[in-house]
Amino acid sequence: MARRQRPNVPVVIDGHEVMAYPDESVLSAADREGIRIPRLCALEGTSVHGGCRLCVVEVAERHKLMPACGTTVVEDMEVRTRSRSLDEHRKLICELLLAEGNHVCAVCVSNGACELQDLAEELGVDHVRPDYQFPRRSVDASHPKYTFDPNRCVLCTRCVRTCAEVEGAHVWDLAGRASGSHLIADLGQEWGEAPSCTWCGKCVAVCPTGALAWKGKAVGEMRHDPSLVAFLSSAREQGEWVDREALR
Amino acid sequence: MTSPKHAAPPLPRLATIWLGGCSGCHMSFVDLDEWLIELRRHAQIVYGPLVDRKEFPEDVDAVLVEGAVTNTDNLELAHQLRARSKVVISFGDCAVTGNVTALRNLVGEPGEMVYRVYAEHPDRDGQMPSEVIPDLLPQALPLHHVVPVDLFLPGCPPPAARIREALESLLGIDDSPHGIRFG
Amino acid sequence: MAKVIDLDDVAVNEAEARSRYRWRIKVCSSTACDASGAGPAYRAVEQRVEEQGLEHDVQVVPTGCMGLCSAGPLVRTEPRGGQPTLFQEVNERVGADIVERHVKGREDLAEHQLDEGLPFFTRQERVVLSNAGRIDPERLEDYVAEGGYRALVSALRMRPRGLIETIEASGLRGRGGAGYPTAKKWGMLHDAVADEKYVVANGDEGDPGAFMDRAVMEDDPHRVLEGVTLAAYATGASKAFLYVRAEYPRAIKRLEQAIRTAKRQRLLGRNILGSDFSLDVEIRTGAGAFVCGEETALLASIEGQRGQPRMRPPYPTERGLYGRPTMINNVETLANLPDIVRRGPEWFRRMGTEVSPGTKVFALAGSLRHTGLIEVPMGLTLGEIIEEIGGGCPDGRAFKAAQTGGPSGGCVPASFRDLPVDFESLRQAGSIMGSGGLIAMDEGVSMPEVARFYMDFSQDESCGKCTPCRVGTLEMHRLLERICAGEGSHRDLELLEQLSRTVRETSLCGLGQSAPNPVASTLEHFRDEYLALLRDEPVGVAHG
Repeated sequence: MARRQRPNVPVVIDGHEVMAYPDESVLSAADREGIRIPRLCALEGTSVHGGCRLCVVEVAERHKLMPACGTTVVEDMEVRTRSRSLDEHRKLICELLLAEGNHVCAVCVSNGACELQDLAEELGVDHVRPDYQFPRRSVDASHPKYTFDPNRCVLCTRCVRTCAEVEGAHVWDLAGRASGSHLIADLGQEWGEAPSCTWCGKCVAVCPTGALAWKGKAVGEMRHDPSLVAFLSSAREQGEWVDREALR
Repeated sequence: MTSPKHAAPPLPRLATIWLGGCSGCHMSFVDLDEWLIELRRHAQIVYGPLVDRKEFPEDVDAVLVEGAVTNTDNLELAHQLRARSKVVISFGDCAVTGNVTALRNLVGEPGEMVYRVYAEHPDRDGQMPSEVIPDLLPQALPLHHVVPVDLFLPGCPPPAARIREALESLLGIDDSPHGIRFG
Repeated sequence: MAKVIDLDDVAVNEAEARSRYRWRIKVCSSTACDASGAGPAYRAVEQRVEEQGLEHDVQVVPTGCMGLCSAGPLVRTEPRGGQPTLFQEVNERVGADIVERHVKGREDLAEHQLDEGLPFFTRQERVVLSNAGRIDPERLEDYVAEGGYRALVSALRMRPRGLIETIEASGLRGRGGAGYPTAKKWGMLHDAVADEKYVVANGDEGDPGAFMDRAVMEDDPHRVLEGVTLAAYATGASKAFLYVRAEYPRAIKRLEQAIRTAKRQRLLGRNILGSDFSLDVEIRTGAGAFVCGEETALLASIEGQRGQPRMRPPYPTERGLYGRPTMINNVETLANLPDIVRRGPEWFRRMGTEVSPGTKVFALAGSLRHTGLIEVPMGLTLGEIIEEIGGGCPDGRAFKAAQTGGPSGGCVPASFRDLPVDFESLRQAGSIMGSGGLIAMDEGVSMPEVARFYMDFSQDESCGKCTPCRVGTLEMHRLLERICAGEGSHRDLELLEQLSRTVRETSLCGLGQSAPNPVASTLEHFRDEYLALLRDEPVGVAHG
């Protein structure tokens, strides 16, 4: 993101003194310092969602765990990103995500380039303790260019936020609640029938799993590029697409 | 334990077994190539598709279990191997997650699934499997949802190198850490 | 513009009108009594009064909840200058008898009488419910005759700060569950600077078996409006929303009607009672989601968004409805205000305990001889509520545990008889006050089964936004189902406990964070019942 001033808010993350920008999130400050906090729904360039809960951290003098993505730095804030119980929570949350959908890596377009798969490895999830839910969900292949496979959706809403906030189309949103929560295009019609879709493909670029993919990709062939959105929104903030000469 | 022929301590007794899976994990095991001969110096392979033995033996030290638990035979074997083994290892994604074998859980009841595969399939003349085929369980399940499992070796299939690392660490040959990953 | 209402005039006229009747017959027409046949009973009473030509002597008044729902429909007769009599289980025949034999014939009808000397009645102290069951909720005059809107008159003569100080002195704490000091919240909204500020009344009472707020809204709607107006005046809000769940159609109707009447009398709307304070009040109805009782989800719902909570901070008092400072108060909290302002904070502090002053309304249900709606001073012990007010479990069964706080609460075992029922004590016992559901359970109840019931509720009502609540509660419910069916293992119990911790500590909002409470509290106090249900797993040689 474009920054006019230097970071001037001192915070302590895992014992490291870090200078953060005012209004910066703990997650972003930690990233700049090279301190890795696991996350799934956070997506630079879009609004904070705070739903996956993988990035929860311990903040001194707060009695509750705070999501690093949605917690703004405060001077001299002390943050711990790793502890035995945080590790346990993150591992179990990852297991819950795997148990909730039908994540069959062996037959997935994103096998090998999937953020959920990476998280499982990072968090040491070598098996899933809770029962697999085996939900019955059907694939939407109605769009000429892309497919949506809800079996692989983790409800991170990256696509929802990107489409609404960056592309400005708001094709995607959520319907239902609890375990019935699901992604819908427009008013619940097939994606190919959703008139507001501009075919821009940003939702596909930001999907962390194989839920949104290009048509024609076989197992392990899909590559996403979530950094696209950060690029687009910072370019917009910096006025990259404005003809500055003409403005003068 | 069988009585030792030599004074040297008996080699650990290793078994491999194949439940509801495609045998790919065993293929990967075979991909260990000449290291299998090396393995023979550290362990005795007492049961598995590579060994001509009908029944799962007693007093197994470690067993690699490929495949999900999907039918009544698998279930019986799972209980048997658990009761007769010290260390049970879920071997590959089907054993660890259900994987492709558990895709049938999304189709519905086993009867519905069998009908779809056999009766509705254009190449099958509407023939249904006869009674010699073991009954399917309501759902295909990962091994650890049926019996307690001690170690997990995910992968579809786990690459030979990863199998080797796991076995080396288990048999005390080399304790360096090994990576784990689904898919 | 309409003339400003003279409240004392209204009260005097009302008293005069009443004194013309020799008898007043009050028929409980609340939702509970209605369900047990109060409608036909009311019509029977009215019809007999007409038939006997008693219209000028006897006034028949439909009222709100009289409290002892388990004995309903209830009817109270009040002779002018004499002792009132309460009748229970009044059907059409008994209703007719009350007119013909009791009122006209001066008979006792002892077999239908309900003793108002029961501890159920005598141990109560009614503030919030003082008018419920006594007045006709659809008449402004009835509320005014009981002192209604006088608090507003005196508040408008105070500075807003002064009003906040009065509430601070009373020590009033939020009745919605957590017990946050009301004046503190008010102060935050008062200090917030914005072009418009909002007050929201939370009437989205979703706990199974709880109907405290419903009773207040249905039976004394003007009290809620007066409370909202006081809160808005103190905090500088110019608009208020009453968020009422759609399952309460009668509450919505009564509040709508009350708003119209109050506006007409300049008790609401522009230049209230001739002052320069104006307040616009609007009702918003929920769409059946439990999570919309959570304040940030409630605000999203008012805005027409998907009812999902968002992270705090920022707290609604900083950035709430439409991005503006907003304060959300529970209906019961608001209903306390008129009496605190009118009778003074010292009067309020005389009830309840030092840190939890005042009273609390409970929906008393479950295995008890007397169930219904009660209002008691804070700090009454669990035993007093269960055994004295509730009359203990019926048929000689032993009291086992009390569930408080609904799906966010827990079970307190019978050994905690002497536990004072207030915010802190309940929390220490592993439960919460919550909004006021109190369910008594006897020895026949399986506690894992109770936990399973509440987890089923929570997993169904999760909004689905955060992973631990959406999937964690679902998995916890599965494990509980398995355990209750006798098919759970020690491994399952271990996972259940880990899930309890993770869902509690990592969920986004209060509902997720408290969803494991029924499991955690039953495990703490009744672990043996879980262990007795577990089966042994097949284990290997190394495990044997």
